[in-house]
Amino acid sequence: MAEIRPYWALAAAAALGFRVLLLILFPGDLHLGSRPEVATPLTSLRRLSEGYWLKQSSMSPYAGSMYHGSPLLLPILGPLTAERTDGQPAHFYCSLLFVVVDFVTAMLIRATGQKLLLSRRQSLEYLNLPKLVKNSANINAGDLASLIYLWNPLTIVTCLGLCSSPIDNLMVVLTIYAACSRLAPLAAFGYVLATHLSLYPAILILPVILLLGYGPDAPPAKLFLHKSSNSDGKDPSNNDESRSAVTTHKPVRCFSRRPVVHFMIWVSIWSCYVLFLCSIYLKGLGGLQEMFKKTYGFILTVGDLSPNIGVLWYFFAEVFEFFRNFFLIVFHVNILFMILPLAIRLKHRPCFLAFVYTAISAMLKSYPSVGDSALYLGLLGLFANELADMQFSFFLFFGYIGVSLLSPVMHNLWIWRGTGNANFYFATGLVYSCLQTVLIVESVSTMLKHDRMLRKHVIA
Amino acid sequence: MASLRPLSRGPFLLLLIFFVFSLSLLRPIQGNGGSDGGGGGEEFSEELLLKPLPDRKVLAHFHFRSAAPPSAANGRHHHLFPKAIAQLVQKFQIRELELSFTQGRWNYERWGGSDPISTRNAKPPGVELWALFDLPTEEIDPTWKNLTHALSGLFCASINFLESPTAYSSPYWGFLSNNGNLRYGALPREAVCTENLTPWLKILPCRDKAGIASLLYRPSIYKGYYHSQRLRLLSSESKGIILEQTLTVVLQPNSYTSSLLSSSDAQLQPSWSLSQLFKKEMTGKCVLAKSSKIFLELERGLLEKIVEIRDDSWIGKFDGQVGSSLYEYKVDNSNENKPLDVGITWKLPLVWSSVHAPFQASRFLMGSGNERGSIAISLQSTQTHDQYFGDLNDCTVPVIVLQVVPWYVKVYYHTLQISIDGKPQTLSDVIEKIQVTPSEDKLLPGTLEIMLRFPCSMLSATLSLDFDKDSYTLTNILQMSYPDYDVSDDSSLLHNLQEKYLVRSYTEVLLVPLTTPDFSMPYNVITFTCTVLALYFGSLLNVLRGGLVRREIISQKDSARPGLVPLYFLGYLPAKE
Repeated sequence: MAEIRPYWALAAAAALGFRVLLLILFPGDLHLGSRPEVATPLTSLRRLSEGYWLKQSSMSPYAGSMYHGSPLLLPILGPLTAERTDGQPAHFYCSLLFVVVDFVTAMLIRATGQKLLLSRRQSLEYLNLPKLVKNSANINAGDLASLIYLWNPLTIVTCLGLCSSPIDNLMVVLTIYAACSRLAPLAAFGYVLATHLSLYPAILILPVILLLGYGPDAPPAKLFLHKSSNSDGKDPSNNDESRSAVTTHKPVRCFSRRPVVHFMIWVSIWSCYVLFLCSIYLKGLGGLQEMFKKTYGFILTVGDLSPNIGVLWYFFAEVFEFFRNFFLIVFHVNILFMILPLAIRLKHRPCFLAFVYTAISAMLKSYPSVGDSALYLGLLGLFANELADMQFSFFLFFGYIGVSLLSPVMHNLWIWRGTGNANFYFATGLVYSCLQTVLIVESVSTMLKHDRMLRKHVIA
Repeated sequence: MASLRPLSRGPFLLLLIFFVFSLSLLRPIQGNGGSDGGGGGEEFSEELLLKPLPDRKVLAHFHFRSAAPPSAANGRHHHLFPKAIAQLVQKFQIRELELSFTQGRWNYERWGGSDPISTRNAKPPGVELWALFDLPTEEIDPTWKNLTHALSGLFCASINFLESPTAYSSPYWGFLSNNGNLRYGALPREAVCTENLTPWLKILPCRDKAGIASLLYRPSIYKGYYHSQRLRLLSSESKGIILEQTLTVVLQPNSYTSSLLSSSDAQLQPSWSLSQLFKKEMTGKCVLAKSSKIFLELERGLLEKIVEIRDDSWIGKFDGQVGSSLYEYKVDNSNENKPLDVGITWKLPLVWSSVHAPFQASRFLMGSGNERGSIAISLQSTQTHDQYFGDLNDCTVPVIVLQVVPWYVKVYYHTLQISIDGKPQTLSDVIEKIQVTPSEDKLLPGTLEIMLRFPCSMLSATLSLDFDKDSYTLTNILQMSYPDYDVSDDSSLLHNLQEKYLVRSYTEVLLVPLTTPDFSMPYNVITFTCTVLALYFGSLLNVLRGGLVRREIISQKDSARPGLVPLYFLGYLPAKE
C-alpha cells in the first residue's frame, strides 16, 4: 500500500479528467441539479440563479422562498449561472469551477493526512511501539483519503450536479487543515465561512480549538504520562537512534493557549468582515435580519418539506402542527447533545472528532445531500490506519451502494411514474440514516478500541 | 403613422360600449309609470340584450343598474338602492368592486373576443373578486378580509376563503393600474348555483317578481353553457354609488321542431323566442324601474332575407358595433294578456363568425411527473389585425400578461422565455415593463405582470416559465380552505391594449397535480424516525460510556472491595463489550 504515492498524481488527474469528460459529454442532459439527492433547497444553483436574477432586477435575493444561501455566493456564482450565448451550456464554467474546488479540497485532505501521519509516527515512536509503526503506518492515509474523496461517485455527482456543496465542503476541509497546521487566521477564515454557508460546521469549534491547543491526533495523554514516568524511573533501555531525532524534543502534550486566543480573535474579525460584506451586498434590500431569517431560520425551522434523502422532511410533513416545535427542538438538540460526550472521550483525537461531528451533522441536518456524505467519507480515509479493524465495513460498503441505487428508483416510482408510494422512498431514507448511524458508532467504537489496544501495548 | 388609425378608432369603440349600456338612461322616457317609485334621485333601470351566436346558441345578457346619489344628500335612507350594498361601500371605503360567479368557460373563438359583452362579462370559472379601496395602504389588507367575510355572508358563497393572504394578490398595473390599493382574488373551484343567485336577486328592487328579472327561471338558466353573474360597484364623492348587476347566460334553444324537419332545414340555426328560451313570459316591467328595455342584436343586413323577427313591435333600430344592428323593445307595452315575446325565426341557413380578439390566448402545463414542470402561455394571432391596427409593417401591439400562481407552484422567474413565431427572443427586446412579486411559502402567491410589445405581423408567441412543485404536508391538507390542492389558482389575464382600446381575456384554469405523501399512517413515520434517532443516540452513548464502565470494573476487581457488592453487579449491567 505504500506504493500509492507514485500513482497518486495519476489517479487524481484521472479523477479530474473524468469529471471534465462527463461535463463535455453530457453538457446538460444529466439533470443532476434537480435531483433531490444532489441539490437541496439550500445548495441548489437553480435557486441561486433565481436569487441572482431577483437581485439583478433590484429586489432582495431572498424575496419569495427560492434562495436560502449566502449572499456572498451570488456575485461569485451568479454570473456563471446566467444564460450564455457563446455556445457553451449555461452552467459549464460553474461546473469547471467546482472541478477546481474539488481538486483543492482533495489537496487539503492530502496535506491534512500527511500532518496526521507525521504526528502518528512521532507519537508511536515516542511510545516505543515500533511494531505498530511498521505494521500499519505505511498506509499513506492522506493519499488514500484524497483519492477516496476524488473518486467517490457521490463527490463526482455533487461536483457535476450544480449545487454549492463543493464550496461548503472545501471550507470545512480548509478549517481542519489549517487547524492541523496551527494556522489560526486561516482556520478562523474557513470556520467562519463554513458556518456562514451552512451553519452546521459551527459545532466544529471544539475540534478546532483542541487541534490548535494540542496539535493533531495522538494517543491519549495518559499514555505519554505513563511512558514518561516509566522512562524517568528506569534506564531508557531501548533508546534507539531511530526515534531520538524526532521524539526527544516532543514534550508531554499540554494545552497551548496562544493559537486558540489568536483563533478567537481572527474568528471575530472574519465574522465581522463577512457580515459587513453581506450587509453591503444587501443594502436597502432587507438587510442582515432578512438574511438570518431566510438562511439560518430556514435551516432551523425545516421550512421546505420537499423530498430529500434525510428523514426529517417526511417526519415534519406528517407530524401534527401542534408538535412541530417540540420535535424541531428534539432533532436539533440531538446534534448538540452528542458534542460534549464525544469531545470528552476523543479530546486527544481532534481530527477524528471533527470527522464524527461532520458525519453526525450530515445525518441529522435538515436538508442532507450526498455532498455531505462525500465529505465525511473522504475524511474517513484519513483514519485508515486506526480504523483498519472496523467491523461491518463490508456491510456498510454494500449498504451505501444499495441505498444509492434504490433511492433514485423509489423516487422515480413515486414522483415520476406515480406507481410507487412515498413510504418506499422514505424507507430508503431510513435505511440510509441507519447506515450512517452504524458507520458513526462503529468508527467511534473502533477508535476507542484502538486507543485501548495502544494502552495495552504501552502498559505491557 | 401607425398610431393614427387606432386613435381614430378607439374613441369610436368606447363610445359604442357606452351606447349599449347607457343609452336608455340618456333618452327621455315616454310614458313611464314608475318614475314616482324612485325618490331622492335614486334610480333603477333594467335591460336585456339577446343575441344569436354562430354556434346555434343564444346569448342573453341581463343588465340592472341602480344608482344612489352621494350619501350626504339623503343620509342613510334609501328608497331603491339596496341598503346592504350602500353600507358595504361606506364601511369598507370601496372605490370600485367587482364580484363574479361563473360556471363554464367563455368560448372566445365562437362567442366573440373583442366586443364589449365578451371583454366585460367573460369571467374565469368560479368566483372572482377584485376591489379598489380608498384607504391608506396598511389598512387595506384587514379591510379586504372583512370585505370577503361580508360578501360571503351576503352572497351565500365561500368568498371568505379569499381572506387568507395565500389566496389574493395585489397586482400593480397588470389588472388595472392602481397605487397598490387593488386586491384581486379568485376561487376557481367555487361551485355556483341558485343559492348564489337568490341573494343577488334580492338586491334588485323588484327581485324576480316583476320586470325582466322575472324571466330568470332557474332550471332554464342553469341549463346553459355559460353562466356568469356579476356585480360591479363604483363609488365616488361626486356621483354617489353606482351598482351594476349583470347576468350573462349562453343558452341552447330547443330545436326539436327543426330537427324533425328535412336535412336541409337541419342546417338552419334554431329559431327561438323569449318564452321558449326561459320557459317564462315577459309580462310587464318592474314598476320601480325608470326604464325597462330589451335589445335584440343581429348582424346587419340579416333581417330581411335570412331572419324574421317574431315580434316586430320594436321601437328603434340602431347601428351597433362593427356589423350589427340593435333593435329596441319597450317592456312597458306588455302585460298579462299581451306578453312581449321577442324572438327570431331563421329562414335560410347562415354561417358567420363573431368578432375575434386580435390574439387568442391559451395556457398549458408542460412536463410530466410531480416534481417540476413549466407553464406556457401561447398567443395565436387571429389574423384580424388590419381590422384593429391598420398598417401591419411597423406597428406594435402591447400585451399585458398577468399570471398569479399559488405558493405551492414555485416559479423560477429567471427561466422566462419568450419566442415569437418559434424563434426565441431576447427578453429586453420584447418586454416593456415587468413586475414580479415572488411567492412566499404558505404566505403569498406569486404574481407576474409583464407588458410586452409584439410586432403586429406576428403569427404566434409563446411565453414559458419553469416551476417546481411543492409537496403537501398533513397540516396543510387539514387546514386547506377548500379541496383545491390540484388547481393552479388563477387564470392568467391577457390584455391587448391598443391606445384606449382594451381587450381582456382569461385563459384556462390549470390543474397541477401535486406530490402527496402517504398520510395513511403518520404514527408509523413518527415512530420509525424516532426509533432511528434513538438507535443512534443510544448506541453512540453506549459506545462512549463502554470503556469507562469497564475500566471501573477492572479497578474494582483490582481493589476487590467486598463491601460494594451491589454496586459491583450494577457495574456489569450496562457494560458493552
